[in-house]
Amino acid sequence: MTDKTVSLPEERRHGSFIKNNLRNYGMLMSLLAIMLFFQVMTGGTLLQPLNLTNLVLQNSYIVIMALGMLLVIVTGHIDLSVGSVAGFVGAVAALLMVTYKVDYTLAFIICLAVGAAIGAAQGYWVAYFKIPSFIVTLAGMLVFKGLALAVLQGQSLGPFPSTFQKLSSGFIPELLPEAGTLHPTSMLIGAVLALGLVYASAKSRTREVSHGIEVEPYAFFLGKSIVLACAVLYFTYLIATYRGLPNVLVIMSALIALYGFVTRRTVIGRQIYAVGGNAKAAGLSGIKTERLTFFTFVNMGALAALAGLVFAARLNTATPKAGLGFELDVIAACFIGGASAYGGVGRVGGAVVGAMIMGVMNNGMSILGIGIDYQQVIKGLVLLGAVCIDVYNQRR
Amino acid sequence: MTAMLEMRNVSKSFSGVQALRDVNFSVEAGQIHALVGENGAGKSTLMKVLSGVYPAGSYEGTIVFEGEERRFRDINDSEALGIIIIHQELALIPLMSIAENIFLSHPPSKFGVIDRDEVYKRTRELLAQVGLKESPDTLITDLGVGKQQLVEIAKALSKRVRMLILDEPTASLNEADSAALLERLMKFREQGIGSILISHKLNEVAKVADHITVLRDGRTVDGIDCRAEPIQEDRIIRSMVNRDLAHRFPERSAKIGEPVLEVSNWSVYHPIHPDRQVIKNVKFGVKRGEVVGIAGLMGAGRTEFAMSLFGRSWGTNISGRIALEGHEIALTSVAAAIDAGLAYVTEDRKQLGLILADDVRKNITLASLKQVAPGRVIDDIAELKVASDYRNRMRIRCSDVYQETSQLSGGNQQKVVLSKWLMTDPKVLILDEPTRGIDVGAKYEIYCIINELAEAGRGVVVISSEMPELLGICDRICVMNDGAFVGEFPGAEATQEKIMRAIMRNERSNGNGAVEAAEMGGSQP
Repeated sequence: MTDKTVSLPEERRHGSFIKNNLRNYGMLMSLLAIMLFFQVMTGGTLLQPLNLTNLVLQNSYIVIMALGMLLVIVTGHIDLSVGSVAGFVGAVAALLMVTYKVDYTLAFIICLAVGAAIGAAQGYWVAYFKIPSFIVTLAGMLVFKGLALAVLQGQSLGPFPSTFQKLSSGFIPELLPEAGTLHPTSMLIGAVLALGLVYASAKSRTREVSHGIEVEPYAFFLGKSIVLACAVLYFTYLIATYRGLPNVLVIMSALIALYGFVTRRTVIGRQIYAVGGNAKAAGLSGIKTERLTFFTFVNMGALAALAGLVFAARLNTATPKAGLGFELDVIAACFIGGASAYGGVGRVGGAVVGAMIMGVMNNGMSILGIGIDYQQVIKGLVLLGAVCIDVYNQRR
Repeated sequence: MTAMLEMRNVSKSFSGVQALRDVNFSVEAGQIHALVGENGAGKSTLMKVLSGVYPAGSYEGTIVFEGEERRFRDINDSEALGIIIIHQELALIPLMSIAENIFLSHPPSKFGVIDRDEVYKRTRELLAQVGLKESPDTLITDLGVGKQQLVEIAKALSKRVRMLILDEPTASLNEADSAALLERLMKFREQGIGSILISHKLNEVAKVADHITVLRDGRTVDGIDCRAEPIQEDRIIRSMVNRDLAHRFPERSAKIGEPVLEVSNWSVYHPIHPDRQVIKNVKFGVKRGEVVGIAGLMGAGRTEFAMSLFGRSWGTNISGRIALEGHEIALTSVAAAIDAGLAYVTEDRKQLGLILADDVRKNITLASLKQVAPGRVIDDIAELKVASDYRNRMRIRCSDVYQETSQLSGGNQQKVVLSKWLMTDPKVLILDEPTRGIDVGAKYEIYCIINELAEAGRGVVVISSEMPELLGICDRICVMNDGAFVGEFPGAEATQEKIMRAIMRNERSNGNGAVEAAEMGGSQP
């Protein structure tokens, strides 16, 4: 293999490299293009520190759920109940913290457990009874929407204890002396993160080179690293000039990193993809397909619960309407991000980019004053378009 | 006789890769014309040009059919002239009846309402014509593959057929069904229908073909008029692979050791009909270094037996004893079977063996990820090395180990599956139809791999419907029929006749209706 790499002329290598990677970076490019478009159209409002912070806060729960949904979709299933589950868990949280004055940490843990239990209940029917997930979770959607109403008795319930609100509306504490509007701690974290990312990818590249593995051309690697580091730095700079890093962004980033690692590098991640790619072949290779499917639903339930908590904390109240239609945004995010409806294909990074595309469009169109009616039309067309492009690329 | 079809100087290339170069190919009315060649030789491409899948203009050269030059825009154009292609993968709708499938695209109707009486009448006629004794109401899913093939042919006959193209029609059929199908072809010959038969099975080709064309690397390299000269299989093989195959099977000197797998009193019931005993208290064993063949007709229970051993992946109410290297073990899951040292290579590599959308590397390591994942985290470099290692050892032809397995040829896909199981370091390998749909060159390589496995002291079980293959590679052949072993022969003494006789004796004593079918297969030399 190394021989072949060496023998290829440099130019052709670059050409084929761009072609192979266009698909991976295609969605990211689209996101950048959409951001640029709205940045220009809104006269710079989109990337104002305040708006950017809001953008993160508004979309955090979608991103969190998209991580779980990606795994569900990769195994070849779907979960329509996530919006209702998030709403229901928000209601349970309010009941515990507001009505029964349960300590917020305990309530938080109970709520996550409730979400996981709901996921387990649905996953059980899907994995072991082979009932199509579409039907099981459609039932779940109705059940938990109804239960949320029942728990709240049709009323809104709030406000939450102030510490719990910090989950969504808080920012990381400032440890260093402030310099004007800039929050140095956040900036420092951003800088460390940027350096860390570049260091990690350089290390992995060196390791691959030392084993004689074909790697991306050096120019690309350098360019990619610089762009990545600059993007991270610029983004944190913008955020840091408002109120610093939101707590929920920290949680979200940690989850994205965790799920990215699990899907790409661990045995369980690989097995989940195998189940989605060909469940029978996976089963005959010794993979416990039912257990994995069950697990993805438990995971989805827990993440839906977390999203429900974040959303409730953000509104500072639990309402019977919370979570309404979230499932559509979450599923759309995964498919825009390149997941296959047939299972086996999809990346965490793609789902996150997909969620951000939806978020930026929501935000940008709202700033432009486009009505909710046409916003929906445009989002629908973008979803269809993104999937069409993906299918077209695969055929080529 | 003038040619019914003539393809002149046909060339076709795909983004720079020349798939066909100046191919000349002609078929006469009432001729069975066999088209042979290794996978990738251009057979399917040529047929796609002929049937209009690749429209006129996308290739060079001319097609003359029944005296006129034709330029087909799509498959409907060629069908309208009576050129019907039957693909290797059957295109029937499983949950519809035979009659509904046959008249799917053009049901006889009055004012848009389907005339059911007419449908049934014509279906019965067509079924009689292809020799299939089934009710038109029977659902496709309730038929075996052999019968489904006949339904496909009946479907073709429901249209005006002048030329029938069969792509590997017997690849998934047992000897008896294959023989029946070939008889049918010979009947069509009498009716003046031209047939093009694409097949890897040279004994069948030799039996029915009037003319053989050999394709290699997109060129016609040999044409044999079977009525004028005797057929020499060696010559065909030589033209196909351009190399002298003195023997179709590699030499082997068996060093047989201690028993490694012993199964006794093994009994399995059908998962959907739990009162039907599919495997009937059988006893079976393999020794270290031994290659044991399991022969039998389709539906004899061979695959079911193998899968029930492999972590109970088929059947219910399984009972009996399994001992590996003398220790009795309970294999309650596939994972347990793999850990114990059992490997099973499925007969259907696309549906059950591979994850086609995944690359070579991921497929190879799938069953033994633990080896490259200390602490459950995959070491991608170790994985890459293992995969590349197998790629070299098994000579898997792929651009690199990141190539999707769906893009590989059948033989290379099978090598990927074999690599996957070798990586689990099994004590016993069960190979179910290991060379189905694979070209001659790759078959030989698979046989060599089987030999190497046995030499390394593993026990190898080969289930195959191709008897010459079993006779060529096995040290011992067990004959299964109706869920029980009905005969056993040392490899040197076994012949096709002996095997068929064992099956037939058993069928008669069971009073089973399949005797007729069995005899048809047995009458073959």
